[in-house]
Amino acid sequence: MIVLEKRAEPSRAWGAGGPILAVVLTMLAGGVMFAALGIDPVEAIRIIFWDPLFSERFAGYSRPQLLVKAGPLILIAIGLSMGFRAGIWNIGAEGQYIVGAICGAAFGLAFYPSENPLIFPGMVIAGVAGGVAWAMIPALLKVYARTNEILVSLLLVYVAEAMLASAATGWLRNPEGSGFPGSRNLARHPGTDNPELFAGTGMHWGVLAAFVAVIVAYVIMTRHLLGYQIRLAGQAPRAARFGGVNPARLVILCMGISGALAGAAGVFEVSGPAARISIDFNVGYGFTAIIVAFLGRLNPIGILLAGLLMALTFIGGELAQLMLGVPAPAIQAFQGMLLFFLLALDVLANYRVRIKRKVAA
Amino acid sequence: MIIDPVTLIVALITVSTPVLLAAIGELVVEKAGVLNLGVEGMMIMGAVCGFITAHHTGSPALAFVAGMAGAVALALVFAVLTQILMANQVASGLALTLFGLGLAALLGVGYSGLPVPAIARPFPEALRDIPGLGPIVFSHSILVYVSIALVAAVWIVLTRTRIGLVLRAVGENHDAAHALGYKVVRIRIAAIMFGGACAGLGGAFLSVVRVQNWIEGMTAGAGWIALALVVFASWKPWRVLLGAWLFGGIAALQLRLQAAEIGVPVALLDASPYLVTIIVLVLISSDRRRAALNAPAGLGRVFHASS
Amino acid sequence: MAQDDPFQIGFIYVGSPGDYGWTYEHDQARLAVEEHFGDRVETVFLENVPEGADAERSITQMILGGADMIFTTSFGFGEATNAVAGQFPDVYFEHATGYQRDFPNVSTYSARFYEGRAVIGHIAGHMTESNIVGYIGSYPIPEVIRGINSAYLHAREVNPDVEFRVVWAYTWFDPAVEADAAQALIDAGADVIMQHTDSTAPQTVAQEAGIISFGQASDMIQFAPAPRVASIIDNWAPYYIRRVGEAMDGTWTQGDVWEGIDTGMVVIGEMTDAIPEDVRASAAALRDAIAAGEYHPFTGPINRQDGTAWLAEGEIADDGTLAGMSFYVEGITGDIPN
Repeated sequence: MIVLEKRAEPSRAWGAGGPILAVVLTMLAGGVMFAALGIDPVEAIRIIFWDPLFSERFAGYSRPQLLVKAGPLILIAIGLSMGFRAGIWNIGAEGQYIVGAICGAAFGLAFYPSENPLIFPGMVIAGVAGGVAWAMIPALLKVYARTNEILVSLLLVYVAEAMLASAATGWLRNPEGSGFPGSRNLARHPGTDNPELFAGTGMHWGVLAAFVAVIVAYVIMTRHLLGYQIRLAGQAPRAARFGGVNPARLVILCMGISGALAGAAGVFEVSGPAARISIDFNVGYGFTAIIVAFLGRLNPIGILLAGLLMALTFIGGELAQLMLGVPAPAIQAFQGMLLFFLLALDVLANYRVRIKRKVAA
Repeated sequence: MIIDPVTLIVALITVSTPVLLAAIGELVVEKAGVLNLGVEGMMIMGAVCGFITAHHTGSPALAFVAGMAGAVALALVFAVLTQILMANQVASGLALTLFGLGLAALLGVGYSGLPVPAIARPFPEALRDIPGLGPIVFSHSILVYVSIALVAAVWIVLTRTRIGLVLRAVGENHDAAHALGYKVVRIRIAAIMFGGACAGLGGAFLSVVRVQNWIEGMTAGAGWIALALVVFASWKPWRVLLGAWLFGGIAALQLRLQAAEIGVPVALLDASPYLVTIIVLVLISSDRRRAALNAPAGLGRVFHASS
Repeated sequence: MAQDDPFQIGFIYVGSPGDYGWTYEHDQARLAVEEHFGDRVETVFLENVPEGADAERSITQMILGGADMIFTTSFGFGEATNAVAGQFPDVYFEHATGYQRDFPNVSTYSARFYEGRAVIGHIAGHMTESNIVGYIGSYPIPEVIRGINSAYLHAREVNPDVEFRVVWAYTWFDPAVEADAAQALIDAGADVIMQHTDSTAPQTVAQEAGIISFGQASDMIQFAPAPRVASIIDNWAPYYIRRVGEAMDGTWTQGDVWEGIDTGMVVIGEMTDAIPEDVRASAAALRDAIAAGEYHPFTGPINRQDGTAWLAEGEIADDGTLAGMSFYVEGITGDIPN
């Protein structure tokens, strides 16, 4: 009989080897799926994993795009990971992302057409404040009315979407857009734009913020008292309480941090890659970031890598659609498989596989 | 213009049925201590498998079975990942949704717009025509009655039977349940499959009964509402039903208020089902005496039998 | 370009060709282009492309993959289309239902769906017995408001007592919500349902209620002869074939077209026997008058909802006002959100 035996310490070798094996297994399983769809599996796998990084034709463009796509995912996931470690479940980062974008855009547009260099920093602050405010609703309700934050934060996503539609078709609509929905373009107006910082790298303020967040989160989680409290609260809530951790404070802090980063991601996106507030501005980063957070094992460095991997499958998957006519749903299923294998093989890092002869009890 | 209460009630029952089915299944899963966020993925698998079967066989009954089977197959992937390989439940559930949406779209290629058989109503026309009572009580599809019966059955099983006791024990403290000799993993896998079957039935209701068409992405977030309802209900079966009716009722009501041309901003009406749900939740939760949170203590925790 | 190198055309879809509505019709037109030009062209497409940053990347990768011409088939792709067009001056861009043409290689095109709405509004006005027509709107944007106005004016023309009830679904595509919206309208007394959302769900509800409805974007013929008694079909094929041909000949120039029933961009689907013969005849006459350019659906006198004059007797609305239409005409009782 095959049994799993818990390791005393997670295996470093499998911690690194597991994901590699998972990618290989995904290639095999995905290859079978592609073959079943009548698509050359080798070609498809090469295009998804190799071409965005190394093909002569695409890599020059795709490589920077990886950062553009991964930036908001990493930024949001870093914020979420702290709460998740403490057992605080913010599922509504998508809503905080939307509200951050609306607040940031509204701030920038209020000063239009000024090109004052202080406007962009102001937009970021407004966006962060918006994200925090939206996250404070579930946080404060949890602390003072003992409601469940999973439910409240999730439902507030839909409320934020209604606000977004109302902003795009109403109060933030471009007055010179002849009645069409959508705000003014923020990315092409000096003062409100979030430009590429180094030409051809895809690096904008949001990507930079994501990298900074990774480093700061790493320091907090390993070196700072807050990191200790977060880990303690997640592992042993009762012990944490006796150890002087104030649970209400921790809820507000963790929700606040994740709201702030989600809101910031919203501003950077609306002032850069997305360029404007529109009805369909949000594309699910807040939900995908939850996957990224767990794929990265709630560890800042892991999140960085997981975010880049997710971005790679988005961009490579798009190339596969383009070059081979792979249907978009097949790419979605392929991503799902990759996640399954990655999550499944995590077991090898924490457990040892033993073959035991069955003993009569 | 006044809103007709009879048609409103009829509508809210119809609107809430797919979500109710998925939610009552998820409730059992969570009672067993497992958090499966893949409800949306399982629902859409149910929708596509149900529709394909309905089209080919012409049998609604087979369609419902196929819808359940498709979703159970997907739920088994989740079960293997989280129960045998001890993977993280939140991430596995989200991955399940992603995979399910993709797979369902692949399976459904070419099926949009194909005909499905009409579904007979279980009660005779004479009953359905009774003023007031007829439409509210007797006018629905068979699955509506099934969903309510399921709520009752889950309630009885959870509170009055040994199986329910064991299930709750597993969800509260899997180590203790294991020590008592219960097969924690097997029980949880069974619960996950039940949850899958219910979500699949909800999806099949949507495609075979409500919309009578397969459309890619047609569940459009219903699975998430089902998840929210379980929490809203504090893991109590009858409150799932109330929550589903409350949510469906506000959703149906806001569309009727729009049709009645009352002067409330539409964005606010559009958000009202979510806002009202939050407000009601706050009102129930802040009642200190009844605030005993009913969340299974072992929810989302990984179980590993060390002996 | 080498002689045997086919001209590559890329399509960016906001939905999936399997939606049997908006994207389906664009994909039909893509297939028509392939059929028309045979080996001389090659087409690629990306489906379910989110609007915004992802669209910009999708278009760029398409061009890097060899596309010589790009059709972006949703309003929300406007920003991305223009951003990419500036970087690739040799590629032809065609953006559907938009207005931004920041570079000489960007054209915009749209259809005068309101002409189709006039015809089905005419039918609705005749067919309603409760004198209440239910209308499912997506979002309160000019495109949708214009359609409501056009349908209402032509329903009222043949039935002065007709009332329109508009329900905003706040989504383009959510079958369950669309079905619920249709049901709400029926419960409010509507016996004709019009929709400006993409799924067939309202047709199913109309069928069960035994009332009539109209196909939207695609023919939705599977619901004929009833509830679907007619439809407005988006037919992009003639335009796509024309523009691709011009691009290949080198005669392509920047344009902004808004075509209707006359060029066949808007097609009225078969009017079924469920419509009385005389109504079918008058609806066909209306359609033909619009096609011949003898009649414009927005011909005065028309007042705004608040009673102020908009168009004087015989005056025809200008395209600028129509394109940005953000007011109801007189007689519609609801309010436009925001």
